Amino acid sequence: MTNVDGPTDATKRRSLRRTDVVHVAGLARLALTDAEIDLYTADLASILGHAEDVASLDTTGVEPTAHPLPLVNVFRADVVRPSLDRDEVLAAAPGAAADQFQVPSILGVSA
Amino acid sequence: MTVAPGAPGSVTSIADDVRSGRRSAASVLAEHHARIARAEADVHAFNLVLHDVATEAAAAVDEAIAAGRDPGRLAGVPIALKDNMCTRGIPTTCSSKILDGWKPPYNATVVSRLADAGAILVGKTNLDEFAMGSSTENSAFGPTKNPHDLAKVPGGSSGGSAAAVAAGFAAASLGSDTGGSIRQPASLCGLVGIKPTYGAVSRYGLIAFASSLDQIGPFTHSVEDAALVLEVISGHDPMDSTSIDAPPLNLVDAARLGVSDGVAGLRVGIVTELSGDGISADVLARVEVAADRLRAAGATVDRVSVPSTVLGLSAYYLIAPAEASSNLARFDGVRFGLRVSPASGGNVQDMMAATRAAGFGPEVKRRIMLGTYALSAGYYDAYYGQAQKVRTLIINDFKRAYESFDVLLTPTSPTTAFAFGAKTADPMTMYINDVCTIPSNLSGDPAISVPCGVGVDGMPVGVQLLGPALSEARLLRAAAVIEMGN
Repeated sequence: MTNVDGPTDATKRRSLRRTDVVHVAGLARLALTDAEIDLYTADLASILGHAEDVASLDTTGVEPTAHPLPLVNVFRADVVRPSLDRDEVLAAAPGAAADQFQVPSILGVSA
Repeated sequence: MTVAPGAPGSVTSIADDVRSGRRSAASVLAEHHARIARAEADVHAFNLVLHDVATEAAAAVDEAIAAGRDPGRLAGVPIALKDNMCTRGIPTTCSSKILDGWKPPYNATVVSRLADAGAILVGKTNLDEFAMGSSTENSAFGPTKNPHDLAKVPGGSSGGSAAAVAAGFAAASLGSDTGGSIRQPASLCGLVGIKPTYGAVSRYGLIAFASSLDQIGPFTHSVEDAALVLEVISGHDPMDSTSIDAPPLNLVDAARLGVSDGVAGLRVGIVTELSGDGISADVLARVEVAADRLRAAGATVDRVSVPSTVLGLSAYYLIAPAEASSNLARFDGVRFGLRVSPASGGNVQDMMAATRAAGFGPEVKRRIMLGTYALSAGYYDAYYGQAQKVRTLIINDFKRAYESFDVLLTPTSPTTAFAFGAKTADPMTMYINDVCTIPSNLSGDPAISVPCGVGVDGMPVGVQLLGPALSEARLLRAAAVIEMGN
């Protein structure tokens, strides 16, 4: 991912604002209280401050590691086999109807 | 106040006795159930104790013996399971309100392997919610106590699994280790704990925290017991695409070889960066004792610098929350567990946000927020991308160290078990508990914590051995040497 508009210096990285936390809570689908927003604004700023040793490191020429194993493209045989029982799976859902998961309106007005 | 461990009986002795007909699986289970009845109210190791299911499993083992069949290498051995591993039809909560009451429709691979080997599942153990913590204080169902001192934490996140074995409720247990969640509680509770090589044990049915770091491993009283349990649960599984297709690990023999033959010629390196600042003096003294024991058994011991390990903590607290924020997106009130609808109604997104706000505890929310931020547009390269590069530096530093050393020696935890509430005020104070254990999660290499005496407070101290990928046999052999001195 390239960040054309992203912050590039340590000053910008450290300037975590309350509005950033409100934005992230929306991305994370967490309905936080005002007190929680305050708490996590302070906590994230503190933790990211400690992470400055990593964020500010010169890593020119270092490849990222996403995963410790040198594995690529693990495939299983293309054979039909039983999967989880549909009724058993739907029975564990908070809402189900007509062999499907049931949820509130997707396109309706946000509360 | 402490909980007397009783005479728990080792995994190997129970399995030998049951397989040879000297004891019945039913009687072994009854002893462990009796110990649970006496002390579980004080310890709170379990989210759920299994009675009927365990009794039926023990009866099946005894029937197999009576019919002349071998029920397996763990015949009749009572084992406790961290409550983030799926058990078909048996509640699996991750110690979170968001999964309270959910019954998985399938078994984790480790659960099937234990059952196939004749082990008896005695209960699901408490943990820090979604395995996020180092003290088990983050459980939605209340903390677990350290059986050695009920005023102290058992460590975490697999604190319930550690306490269950330390208190004699089970002969062994399984935990999961993302940044030290097996090794640190093993150290604080006086047990052996192993984080195997990434991919050595199938994670099918382990509810994911940070997928590039998580591994399942055993807690036991002895090195040989740990070797046996790990032999049973390890091996390739087509249901886990990160499972390594390698020859079976030959571990029990390795542990016995340590006892009989020592470790002549083994090159041991004490990691300078993890054996100084921030580690308490009595813990460092036990590392020196472990080094002396290895020397006496034929090893050479020197200091070695692994410089980028000092960046491990920061890199971990970017990578693990980032992966967690993605993995925990599945808990949205749609397919399983809790659903909360806002009083004002609203659409599906409002339902998801209300469900997650009500279902997740404070530490899980903190990590989801941190991880979402570290992955968000404008910050990805600066935080997550940088942390992945640090991961490469740590892997390269370990490779260099293993050119001159066979195993590395460090403390497991900077301190012995601490009091409840002592480290909950500031997140970083708790996170620093994992400073010695995190590097091997980032590198994917195996690590073991083995008991090595007590600190000035009389509480257990573990020391940690690290080795390159799939060197479990070497680590167990060296750990057996350290254990012999206890």
